Amino acid sequence: MSLWEYANPVKFIRTTDKVLPWVWALTGICLVTGLVWGFFFTPNDFRQGSTVKIIYIHVPSALMAINAWLMMLVASLIWIVRRHHVSALAARAAAPVGAVMTMIALATGAFWGQPMWGTWWAWDPRLTSFLILFLFYLGYMALWEAIENDDTAADLTSILCLVGSVFAILSRYAVNFWNQGLHQGATLSLDKEENISDVFWFPLLVCIAGFVLLFIALVFLRTQTEIRARRTRALLAREGQA
Amino acid sequence: MRALLTRDLMLAIRAGGGFGLGLAFFLIVTVLVPFGVGPQTELLSRIAPGILWIGALLACLLSLDRIFALDWEDGSLDLLATAPLPMEGIVSVKALAHWITTGLPLVFAAPVLGVLLSLPVPAYQWVVISLAVGTPALSVIGTFGAALTVGIKRGGLLMSLLVLPLYVPTLIFGAEVARRGAEGLGVQTPLLLLAGISFGVIALLPFASAAVLRINLR
Repeated sequence: MSLWEYANPVKFIRTTDKVLPWVWALTGICLVTGLVWGFFFTPNDFRQGSTVKIIYIHVPSALMAINAWLMMLVASLIWIVRRHHVSALAARAAAPVGAVMTMIALATGAFWGQPMWGTWWAWDPRLTSFLILFLFYLGYMALWEAIENDDTAADLTSILCLVGSVFAILSRYAVNFWNQGLHQGATLSLDKEENISDVFWFPLLVCIAGFVLLFIALVFLRTQTEIRARRTRALLAREGQA
Repeated sequence: MRALLTRDLMLAIRAGGGFGLGLAFFLIVTVLVPFGVGPQTELLSRIAPGILWIGALLACLLSLDRIFALDWEDGSLDLLATAPLPMEGIVSVKALAHWITTGLPLVFAAPVLGVLLSLPVPAYQWVVISLAVGTPALSVIGTFGAALTVGIKRGGLLMSLLVLPLYVPTLIFGAEVARRGAEGLGVQTPLLLLAGISFGVIALLPFASAAVLRINLR
């Protein structure tokens, strides 16, 4: 039994159908526990007051915004190397989810920045690179939409994803060079002495798990939809010929 | 390879609009900026390096769809693909031709337009140098975008959406060189990084562009 069995769309749909309810249930549990715990049962920060609670949405969505692109990169590579259609469709399915995550991260960041930094937006390296990431998502999705032939679209978008990844990383370091930041450094690293306090850390961890599961559930669901849509089109085309 | 280059250059010159259009666009952008932000000299001279860079970038972008579109329409791109020259070579030559017809004139025009924006005196050489180093990267990246969208009707807008985010690092370092030059600061670091980007994309991106073009011609 190998992972590549799931490259078969039928197998993929059958398995994800079985898994999806569980993933949805876990997502719900994690998100509800994490958010309720975070919003109502953690103390206010002594300097930031209650605005600190934005962290329970801001950090997980920002994490997923980057990891969604990473997943698309892996899926694109698999498509280029092994040409499994499910992989290309999964990459396509992940893009809008990732774009929305980026938007959530930017929006919650703005709501957080307004009371804390006194501004909705600053040309800070992190903020700027997220905006650029958002543009990459837009371009990727637009290219998928623009091309009629499915395989051509999959090929072109996966190459765009590869090239885009390199340029996204380049941009990340370029904007670092270009401006100093308001945004704090990493406070969740596993290897540092001083991290965020445990009171905030545990509910945050639950929220992150919830967002990861939500992403998985959405990508599974959207990939299934893509597969079924493609199948429907194939059936219609066949009927049209007959 | 040389034949393809001369052919492309000839076409750009004789068909009209290739050489002149980018330059005219560059001129118009620089003329419009003072209308937008006001004619104060000190403000203009502060933003002049950035304006020149953005103008050059937009002028480059405007002429990108010419790289492959015409050859695609009349089928000469298929002939080129079956020619003994590898696709990577074709793409590189196309990018070079685009740079000679668009990037190079921009480099020479920039100091003239700098006068209009009252560019500070020490900045002139750095604007020219940064454009000379950076515009090849713009052409090569643009060729990739043009190759991606060649099969799409009215792909111009889509191409801008795809190419502009890819231009970000080049623009940042290029404008930084010009800005630091204007303020008399050291320019070595951004200049080296800009050169690094240029050489990097010249070396690697033609492979991606060629792969994309092969897919589109399939």
